[in-house]
Amino acid sequence: MASKDQVGRKSAGNPLLLGFLGIGALLGLFVAAEAKDGVMEFHGFLFVAAALIGVFALIGKAFDEPEGALVDRGEGVTYMDGPIRAGVIASMFWAIIGLLAGVFIAWQLVFPELNLDLPWTTFGRLRPVHTSAVIFAFGGNVLICTSFHVVQRTCKARLWGGAAGWFVFWGYNLFIVIAASGYILGVTQSKEYAEPEWYADLWLTLVWVVYLLVFLGTLWKRKEPHIYVANWFYLAFIVTIAMLHIVNNLALPISFFGTKSVQAFSGVQDALTQWWYGHNAVGFFLTAGFLAIMYYYVPKRAERPVYSYRLSIVHFWSLIFLYIWAGPHHLHWTALPDWAQTLGMVFSVMLWMPSWGGMINGLMTLSGAWDKLRTDPIIRMFVLAIAFYGMSTFEGPVMSIKAVNSLSHYTDWTIGHVHSGALGWVGMISFAALYYLTPVMWGRQQLYSLKLVNWHFWIATIGILLYITAMWVSGIMQGLMWRAYDALGFLEYSFIETVEAMHPFYAIRAIGGLLYLAGALIMAYNLWRTVRGDVAEEAAPALQPAVRQPTPAE
Amino acid sequence: MKLKHEVFEKHSLVLTVGILVTVAIGGLVEIAPLFYLESTVEKVEGVRPYSPLELKGRDIYIREGCYNCHSQMVRPLRDEVERYGPYSLAAESMYDHPFQWGSKRTGPDLARVGGRYSNEWHVAHMVRPKSVVPESIMPGYPHLLEYRLKIDDIQEELETYVALGVPYDEAMVENARQDLIAQSNPDHEGALAIEERYPKAVVADFDGNPDIVTEMDALVAYLQMLGTLVDFQAYDASENLR
Repeated sequence: MASKDQVGRKSAGNPLLLGFLGIGALLGLFVAAEAKDGVMEFHGFLFVAAALIGVFALIGKAFDEPEGALVDRGEGVTYMDGPIRAGVIASMFWAIIGLLAGVFIAWQLVFPELNLDLPWTTFGRLRPVHTSAVIFAFGGNVLICTSFHVVQRTCKARLWGGAAGWFVFWGYNLFIVIAASGYILGVTQSKEYAEPEWYADLWLTLVWVVYLLVFLGTLWKRKEPHIYVANWFYLAFIVTIAMLHIVNNLALPISFFGTKSVQAFSGVQDALTQWWYGHNAVGFFLTAGFLAIMYYYVPKRAERPVYSYRLSIVHFWSLIFLYIWAGPHHLHWTALPDWAQTLGMVFSVMLWMPSWGGMINGLMTLSGAWDKLRTDPIIRMFVLAIAFYGMSTFEGPVMSIKAVNSLSHYTDWTIGHVHSGALGWVGMISFAALYYLTPVMWGRQQLYSLKLVNWHFWIATIGILLYITAMWVSGIMQGLMWRAYDALGFLEYSFIETVEAMHPFYAIRAIGGLLYLAGALIMAYNLWRTVRGDVAEEAAPALQPAVRQPTPAE
Repeated sequence: MKLKHEVFEKHSLVLTVGILVTVAIGGLVEIAPLFYLESTVEKVEGVRPYSPLELKGRDIYIREGCYNCHSQMVRPLRDEVERYGPYSLAAESMYDHPFQWGSKRTGPDLARVGGRYSNEWHVAHMVRPKSVVPESIMPGYPHLLEYRLKIDDIQEELETYVALGVPYDEAMVENARQDLIAQSNPDHEGALAIEERYPKAVVADFDGNPDIVTEMDALVAYLQMLGTLVDFQAYDASENLR
């Protein structure tokens, strides 16, 4: 039968992987033995440990799902769901770590004593831990696990490559651990969202190539003639991130056995390369990838087809074409040539249109299902996410206009903008997708509690609102204070006075972040109970239908 | 439209190549010219590669993530020029691998911080920022005073920069270790050569401890040279009036 076939085939690549892990372990040991600094030694041993665990897991057939566990959905396909389940757990884990780091550094800005006067706990070292943990650890795991889910379901094909899917999951998470522990110990190349040093970058490149192969391999095996729109977005995300990652991280290590490297480019060229990368980490990691989630999970949950097929085509190609140009808006008024700044601004403003094309396609998918907004908190989360996507993709083009940017740049306005996208769009759509995915992956009829989803929704929404309004006020205020002149033509405020003025808003922001974290903790509890198979006793759906119910007195 | 788009929807490789071509264009048009248009980085007198001690200080600046809160880019806006000094020129960061322009000013811009404060001020500020700026929210870095600077690989580091096109000459690479030590000790026999090889480099016992070269020495040496290389006094703006 089909399932026996599958079992036989998926073990075929394992000797290859086994050999690869063996070489990896030896290489790690060699580097650790020769290491020029403590961190390299630590990371070498970490690599050895990971490779050995991988070897034992392979020998112990931990990655081969027992035949009985292979889920046959009645479509003649047995899906590989193991890495997806692992991805759901990892996503939730990293969400809490990343948000916790964010809340902690937010409080550091309120109470600088929290820097603790230790090298490992300063804002400068922990901020990359926060950004990498939420973007790459949480966001990345969500993208990998949902892409594995979507590509199998929409292609009606089992994930290609056998244990390669597991390699992508564990390899990627090993990268996260190497990156984050490196930051804390002072290993960074200082390029925002591309801080990991050369050896971590090489490792991620390898993992990413395997990820691309697994994804493409599954597409090749598909039983549907057409590649579904969500997969275009996933593919664009995987391919473009590969390109950006490789070019932006070109560097020459000082020694093969040391952590430190020197970037290939310098000054102006390095700046634009970095923000070409940085802005498109937003465009392709945090946008294209999560639009893929929207294109699969929103129609699924709403039980409605995607609003417009034509709009998907138009906005897909225009979005990926225009996004790449927008990087220079991070370098307005700098030493970057004016022509590049102007190009960046023009394309950033144009980017508004395809962004809203995506928003419209997502929102209008709910046509005829808007009543679910009242009864289904997961749909409500999807809609909130898409609304925030629309808002932040409007705010972005506004801020990319040079006149606005001269005020907003270097201030908290930018931080607020990023977080309305990150907390509102990326966070909420990920949470909604995970709420949908968890019962499906563990074969449960429903979530443990929709009421808790509702609580999560409101606590997180209030948290986001506190966050972004505080940052709007502090950012615009600081920008105005920096350029304020008194009647005699002197600068009105010293820099430190503008820092002092931020204090209350930093506190409000930290409270907002705390609420958002609280929402995620509620979610973790809810998902854990769902996995256990518990169902809360709830009187009714979160809210009553709008139809007027006769009261008992009548 | 539907018919034509089928090509992409039915062939995953065509779709992959289509995506790659579409996303490659923007970067090629915007970034590639920066490498050959000479006007991108106009030549400026005075700009030189970092001295070994400054370079190590820069490595510490990067390691501690200072760029998360401090920019090094004065924009050509009236208030910034008055607050920080002449706006930054592209040439001033031409040897910065990677650049340190930053993206956020939780603290002030540092592009022209060199020479603004005394070495003693910097050391006190690093140890406990509130001691000199009571309202400061910057973390303290007292350990920089205690950590001995790691200098074993300074020659290899300079060689790596040379490989990437930074014009350190042979004497600079050969004497890297001595230059590094000498810059933090004015009594050192090699102290005079520093000024020769790295004009305007500040030679001083930055941290007040002449016995060892600490990380504090390196960081302060770096901060004290930021933005000082180009002589803006020599620039006569009225010559541009037409």
